[in-house]
Amino acid sequence: MPDAALAAGAAEAGTSAAGEAGSGVFRGTPVCGSVAIGPLVVVGPAAARKRKATGDPAAEADALRTAIAAALAALEEALAAEDDLAGEILEFQAALLEDDDLTGPAFTAIADGAPADRAWTVALAAEIDAYRADGDPVLSARGDDLADLSARVLSHLTGTADPAADVPRGAIVAAAEMTPSAFLALSAAGVAGIATTGGSPTSHVAILAKARGVPLVVGLNALPAASPGPAGAAILDAAAGTLHTAPDAAALAVARARSAEAATAAEAAAARATQPAVTRDGAEVKVMVNIDDPAILDTLDPAICDGVGLTRTEFLFQHGAPDEEAQLAFYTRLIAWADGRPVTIRTLDAGGDKPLPGITVDGEANPFLGVRGVRLSLARPELTRVQLRALARAAATSPVPLKVMVPMVTVPAELEAMRALLTAEVDALAAARIAHAAPILGTMVEVPAAALTAARFDAAFYSIGSNDLVQYATAAARDNAAVAPLADPANPAVLELIGRTVAAGKARGVEVSLCGDMASTPALAAALLATGLRVFSAAPAEVAAVKDAIRSAAAGPAA
Amino acid sequence: MSSPATAPADVEWIEGAAVIVDPTGLHARPAVKLTKLAKTFAAAVEVRPDDAAAPWVNAKSPNAVMKMKAAHGAPLHIRAAGDDAADAVAALTALVERNFDA
Repeated sequence: MPDAALAAGAAEAGTSAAGEAGSGVFRGTPVCGSVAIGPLVVVGPAAARKRKATGDPAAEADALRTAIAAALAALEEALAAEDDLAGEILEFQAALLEDDDLTGPAFTAIADGAPADRAWTVALAAEIDAYRADGDPVLSARGDDLADLSARVLSHLTGTADPAADVPRGAIVAAAEMTPSAFLALSAAGVAGIATTGGSPTSHVAILAKARGVPLVVGLNALPAASPGPAGAAILDAAAGTLHTAPDAAALAVARARSAEAATAAEAAAARATQPAVTRDGAEVKVMVNIDDPAILDTLDPAICDGVGLTRTEFLFQHGAPDEEAQLAFYTRLIAWADGRPVTIRTLDAGGDKPLPGITVDGEANPFLGVRGVRLSLARPELTRVQLRALARAAATSPVPLKVMVPMVTVPAELEAMRALLTAEVDALAAARIAHAAPILGTMVEVPAAALTAARFDAAFYSIGSNDLVQYATAAARDNAAVAPLADPANPAVLELIGRTVAAGKARGVEVSLCGDMASTPALAAALLATGLRVFSAAPAEVAAVKDAIRSAAAGPAA
Repeated sequence: MSSPATAPADVEWIEGAAVIVDPTGLHARPAVKLTKLAKTFAAAVEVRPDDAAAPWVNAKSPNAVMKMKAAHGAPLHIRAAGDDAADAVAALTALVERNFDA
């Protein structure tokens, strides 16, 4: 939907149930969730409600002012209830509603005789087009915010309170596009699942859906036809990426069985997940979690893990460098969530496969061998200092020492340079009498040179980043299908590098953990235990399966 | 509307400038902070990127500030006209210099 006014209409549009629309299977891209069954509600772009203009410019201006005030009040109410991620999106929108320069042209058009809804839509559409015009992804995302805003005010003007108003609890919603605010409203209304023809697996809505456990399919090949009549059941298979409308009794029975099966399996695994992981021969293994996104803290039970083995902080930098307070807020929230379990936070690991606009170096011939990880942190000390300050302040709230780890370290001097920056920030906080504590500093082991010389690093702990270690040891990229088979984590050279790191940690009396995909792969658990590794850090969704794999393996005499 | 986008031509502008250190330039959060601070002054406050050809935009408009695309590492020019113009320029300059309290 290229037209901004149409996009705005889609979010605001009235809803209609599909009942006699006929059976059909629509295909899209799975984002998250499994099988959901519920009445289908199609939110179509064509059903934008009509508003009767008063014909009086003063009354029209009043109507728009009232709608803006109502939208602002609703936003501020939502802001108070939302987490950081949603809050950041909503905060910018709230500021825009108070921007007289933005709303001015609409009031000018009303004074010239335009009805309020048309004046508002046209004024915002011009701004949205301007944001999207030059293809800059950051400004385009701001254009989406304006489209969302346009729809919010319009819905107050036309009296369609919110897109979720007519959607029953447990419904499957199909829509052309979905704005973050429409998603949040639907999520709060308790929908069973959502499918959209637009959208992408990396959109704001996808991030929110994963965090809230709402099954989501995007990029549907077509929107099911909406027809009046009682809402028929639909099956959203969010794992396969399909939406099955008006399924017959047999298909429904299969879906119900699968849904129940998935729920039972998840329950059983969840019950086991909180139990400790002990090998067949009695070795206790710690299984920690990797945290990629703050939203998961809302739904994840810390009881399933022995702490946080890796916190990626790149998401904080998606929209530019975050200020110290924003970082501090997330770090302290994470520490509070862990409830006394150890927390490991990695300093910014940008570059390579994780470019960040305006932060990483563009145009490198080989970014994987270029300025990434600690190399970037040392090249941009102004960014690093802010992060280290926020970490040291957050450490004051931690009942156990906060662990900070440095990515992509090749030689000990890099770790020492980071330590010097950290020490300087800790000293500055002390001088300014700001509450803080010195975090303990560890090194990641991702570069073969670091694995082979691990004992030479004055690290308080080692954390093996197996994804990079595998690709640097095998000189093969996982995402290049032509060489991917070479990038084999079970290659004896990789296991040898891991074993040497574990031995170095043992000799120095410090912990060695592994936080790459290998630790999230149940099939590799036995091989990792054989290297002597006793601390895994896995993706939250894999913790239960990894613990099961550890329980059925033997640690052997290496322990 | 209530905050003038431009002051009359005969007013006296007080100018200042500060370098944007945030590597991504002036994005949503900083833009909102800057406009919120500008709105606390009665004076007309305007900003422009470090390009003499670029127009001055209303520092009280988050939309205008956002669209301006001020680059990092370059000065952000700030000017104000009105009773508390000097305070406004000082406060906004300081905010940019503090990297928007990052």
